[in-house]
Amino acid sequence: MTAVSRPSAPVQPTAGKARRPSRRTLTRGERKNLRTGLLFISPWLVGFVAFTLYPALASLYYSFTNFKILQTPQWIGLNNYANLLKDPLFWKSLGNTLFLTLVGVPLAILVALGIALLLNNKRVRGLGGFRTVFYLPVVIPAVAAGLLWIFLLNPSIGLVNQALSVVGIHGPGWFFDPSWAKPGLVLLMVWSAGDVVIIYLSALQGVNRQLYEAAEVDGAGSWVKLRHVTIPMISPAILFNLIVGGIAAFQAFTQAYVIARGVTAATNDASIGGIQNSMLLYGLNLYNVAFRYFEMGYGSALAWVLLVAILLATLVMLRVSRNRVYYESER
Amino acid sequence: MKAVATSRPLEAQGTRRRWSRVAHSVPTIVLIVLAAVYLLPFIWMITTSLKTQPQSIASPPVLIPNPFTFDAFPKALEQMNFIGALRNTLIYAVPSVIGTLVSCSLVAYGFALVKWPGRNIVFVVVLATMMLPGQVTFIPLYVIYAKLGWINTFLPLIVPSFLGTPFFIFLLRQFFLGIPNDLLDAARMDGASELRILIRVVVPLSKPALITVGLLTFIDKWNDFYGPLIYLQKPELRPLSVALQVFQTNHSTDWPRLMAASVVVALPLVVIYFVAQRSFIEGLTLTGSKG
Repeated sequence: MTAVSRPSAPVQPTAGKARRPSRRTLTRGERKNLRTGLLFISPWLVGFVAFTLYPALASLYYSFTNFKILQTPQWIGLNNYANLLKDPLFWKSLGNTLFLTLVGVPLAILVALGIALLLNNKRVRGLGGFRTVFYLPVVIPAVAAGLLWIFLLNPSIGLVNQALSVVGIHGPGWFFDPSWAKPGLVLLMVWSAGDVVIIYLSALQGVNRQLYEAAEVDGAGSWVKLRHVTIPMISPAILFNLIVGGIAAFQAFTQAYVIARGVTAATNDASIGGIQNSMLLYGLNLYNVAFRYFEMGYGSALAWVLLVAILLATLVMLRVSRNRVYYESER
Repeated sequence: MKAVATSRPLEAQGTRRRWSRVAHSVPTIVLIVLAAVYLLPFIWMITTSLKTQPQSIASPPVLIPNPFTFDAFPKALEQMNFIGALRNTLIYAVPSVIGTLVSCSLVAYGFALVKWPGRNIVFVVVLATMMLPGQVTFIPLYVIYAKLGWINTFLPLIVPSFLGTPFFIFLLRQFFLGIPNDLLDAARMDGASELRILIRVVVPLSKPALITVGLLTFIDKWNDFYGPLIYLQKPELRPLSVALQVFQTNHSTDWPRLMAASVVVALPLVVIYFVAQRSFIEGLTLTGSKG
């Protein structure tokens, strides 16, 4: 697409056929363009400096300080990071988040891929209608979705457990049972993965039909076509969804907050992370530290650990997938 | 594509053909079942909002309300102070939409259609900021807003949108790049300023993309929970997303009321989605394809 913006004017005689020297001074036109360009992007420049760059650096600095809001930060070196390693809530929240990342994200991505594959079938009618249904959970507010699922997964009167009891299964306590709370969150994650379905679907529709025809000529069945044509061709979309889903799970907040609050309100429990903090996600713990106890220094340390974890996880995924993801343009 | 070289004995292909007839309708059946499962929570939400409290917790569950009652709606709206909450949501959602459209159009124009040295490098920085988790900047931002006296005002939720949103800058830039250069050059020949070209040529040609950005911003703000939770601590400033929580008390929950409130808060988004489905899908597909 960048080809559109290539200059179409013939090369000027002064610039000649010279190879563009790397350290040339800007011509008058270029200088004017530079001014205009910077002027146009100036809203972003201001926003970047004031609302991204400065806060990011400030939080790095705060992470080495003892800082209660509206007091002067006191430098305490690596103390926050050392305390973090001894903080059971930190480990608890990290474990809970890893559960969502390692169980919830792959499961949601697998189910979404399954749905997208079914939708991509030529014989399926009413594609638009199905697509709408699967995307609908993404549209409704996260708070409403959280509240709805507290109701659906209510241990006694919830629809899910009542349905299970029809087939003779005594349903678990879900959000009220520390060992079933996270699977409950995973259900909610799978239900609201409609955006992932759409991304897969558009990737699937981009797969060259000739590849399938060639495979059929060679006598390939559905499984072989799926395994050796479809999956490799949409592997960039799979990687994209894994990374974006992983990052989102690391930062997940609203639904877990709403559900945990609902559960603790019903049980007169004062904790913020559900029963025995079984739903204390990393983001919840961070919110708690920073905006309930106003431990801004310690909270900043938590935030930076989160940032580094996300970066590392992304790099690892990119590295591991390097030989497994197929990019058409690299052929 | 070396991998597709399994050949099958002929007799196996014969059996497969007979099976294929049945197999053809399987995807549709599976999809209908799945769609029903995905829809059920919504149906349950709506029917519960039309039930009486005892019926909402009946066992076995009652699917169709008997009697139908709309009683829960006025009570729910009153309990969550709906009018006030709606006003609060709109107070920051509407200016944010305007701010995002104006700032992102300007910035995207600067990246897509003005040729200045270094713009591609700077654009990479824009993309990189998308990766930065919000949590990293939240604490210092809170400190800044507190010093400015902006806590318990709507300003922290509005002002940043006037300074560009990386994802929407990206989206609009992609769209602007597709505008034929001849049109711009013709306008430049006529002596139009770049700003005038943006307003007179580029914006009219980019209506679909701008509508997508406006809608997505509105939905983002309507749903925003973290921002209002942190910055709007006074109960009278609560927007809809936060006000939904008033139904969670340590007494038994009034499910019809809670579901009625959820229906009311979710409905506008569902309507927007149905009306503008194509814009959504296009915006989303664009995200995925850069993978």
